[in-house]
Amino acid sequence: MTEVLRRYGPVLTGVILLAVALWLALLVVLPQLMMVDFSFRPSLPPSRLGGPEDVYTLRNYTTLWTNQIHLAIFLKTIWASALVTAVTLAVCYPVAFYLAQVAPRRRLPLLLLMLVVPFWINELLRTFAWYIILAFNGPLNALLLGLGIIDQPQRFLGGDAGVILGMVYVYILFMVFPLYNAIESLDRNQIEAARDLGAGWLRIHWRVVLPHAKPGIAVGCIMTFMLAAGSYAVPALLGGPQSRWFTEVIYNWFFEGGNWNQGAAYAFILLVLCIGFILAALRLFRVGLADIAK
Amino acid sequence: MSADRFRRILTGFYLVVFFGYLFLPLAVMAAATFNTSRFPTVTPWLGFTLSWFSALWADQRMWSALGTSLIVGAGVIALAVPLGLAAALLLDRLHSRSKTFLYAVMVSPLLTPGVIVGISTLVFWREWFGVTGGIFLTVVAQSSYIAAYAMLLFSARLQRFDTALEEAALDLGATHGQVFRRITLPYLTPAILSAALLAFLQSFENYNTTLFVRGLDTTLTVYIASKVRTGLTPAVNALSLILIGLTILGAVAYEILRRREARRQAGSASLAA
Repeated sequence: MTEVLRRYGPVLTGVILLAVALWLALLVVLPQLMMVDFSFRPSLPPSRLGGPEDVYTLRNYTTLWTNQIHLAIFLKTIWASALVTAVTLAVCYPVAFYLAQVAPRRRLPLLLLMLVVPFWINELLRTFAWYIILAFNGPLNALLLGLGIIDQPQRFLGGDAGVILGMVYVYILFMVFPLYNAIESLDRNQIEAARDLGAGWLRIHWRVVLPHAKPGIAVGCIMTFMLAAGSYAVPALLGGPQSRWFTEVIYNWFFEGGNWNQGAAYAFILLVLCIGFILAALRLFRVGLADIAK
Repeated sequence: MSADRFRRILTGFYLVVFFGYLFLPLAVMAAATFNTSRFPTVTPWLGFTLSWFSALWADQRMWSALGTSLIVGAGVIALAVPLGLAAALLLDRLHSRSKTFLYAVMVSPLLTPGVIVGISTLVFWREWFGVTGGIFLTVVAQSSYIAAYAMLLFSARLQRFDTALEEAALDLGATHGQVFRRITLPYLTPAILSAALLAFLQSFENYNTTLFVRGLDTTLTVYIASKVRTGLTPAVNALSLILIGLTILGAVAYEILRRREARRQAGSASLAA
């Protein structure tokens, strides 16, 4: 702290500390705490706030266990997000490995640019592109009909499959960059050495590349799972009443059910799920938070 | 040797499929803009038209949503960039455990689902200050995590900063204000520009957080989503095409600047060595 004061002087230090305190208190920490506090209170009309009924309760949390539909949606959100994460990892690994270790140096800038550009494009627009592809009269049905794979157009929109397909597309870039960064730092000589010592292709990946890429895999999985579980745009556009996502249930508590306390409880459950996934991923890949910050 | 070649062909094939997968959906969406079909599609192709652009141009609600997005974006730049700058300046001079802890708190909004950022902001500001959803709350909610992106950009640049410059200026009698204005800030200018650009883009495309705090205001992204669900015509594709075109221009310009800057850094480093 004295170092800060010495470097910036009293006035600037004051401004800096005030700004950081305002950001972290008013925009980050207090809202989260308020949401948690709110989630343990009953939903009451203003006249009865502070009255005898205004006590902490677990009722907003037990709702999830008693409401079979909500519980089913919650569980589906978990496995579907895990599936999205696994598929993106499988799809991205070969690309990341190629770009990081195999691709000729001349071609690399262009290839990376081709990855960066879709990354910048609005998530909603990328979802919308799949809305058009999956539509009943859309090009996917036309293609499958033309190839004779199906004999009647299929309803891809409004179901879980369409939502999962869309999520893989939208979040794939959050997997490919962490993987690329991790594999890129692997010394090519290590692969050469393994090969010279007689290791096969599969063994090189399993014993040399994958262990080295662990922090990247952890970051990629954490980001993808968090984005998938917390996604609203993709299920709202590509899903339907039969394929609701947990975030849509939360939204309904706020803006249709008019029960903010209940919505806050569900939101906190979602947050706990994501934190749980982060901790599990860190433990599974045996990396610390510090490795991720790199 | 033939196994090697087989693997190379397989890799090439995989890359073509992968990049096709990335770009083909966007191409289909763009192509549907020029189809006369009332529903945006490329199958069947009914005929070429530019009329969806004029339909978009005549859409009053689109213009007002665009206006809202621009106001919110400007607000986020004004709030998130200074906050991120202050945070990076503080972190840069801290050592030890407090730095790790502060850093974790600062990046936590990036690991929080966007809907939760929106919900916590909505609840907190209504309960504490009686503020309800609208442009102000949208700016606040978006800034809470965009400031973290700005902080990461500033921190990356500060890591390469030669603090001897500041010390020399202080030794020669400059005030702290002068040092900040004449040395630190000019050094950070490129990062300020990229942070502002990143903040604007993040704000412009945000949907999950905005949805909860927007009140009765509609940003362009929210507007597009509502059009897709009710009243979808290829005018939405025309808008998407324009936005994607602008994004690609911005992304390419940003990348070129970034790489030129990286080369300059590498050049001066090799000169120093």
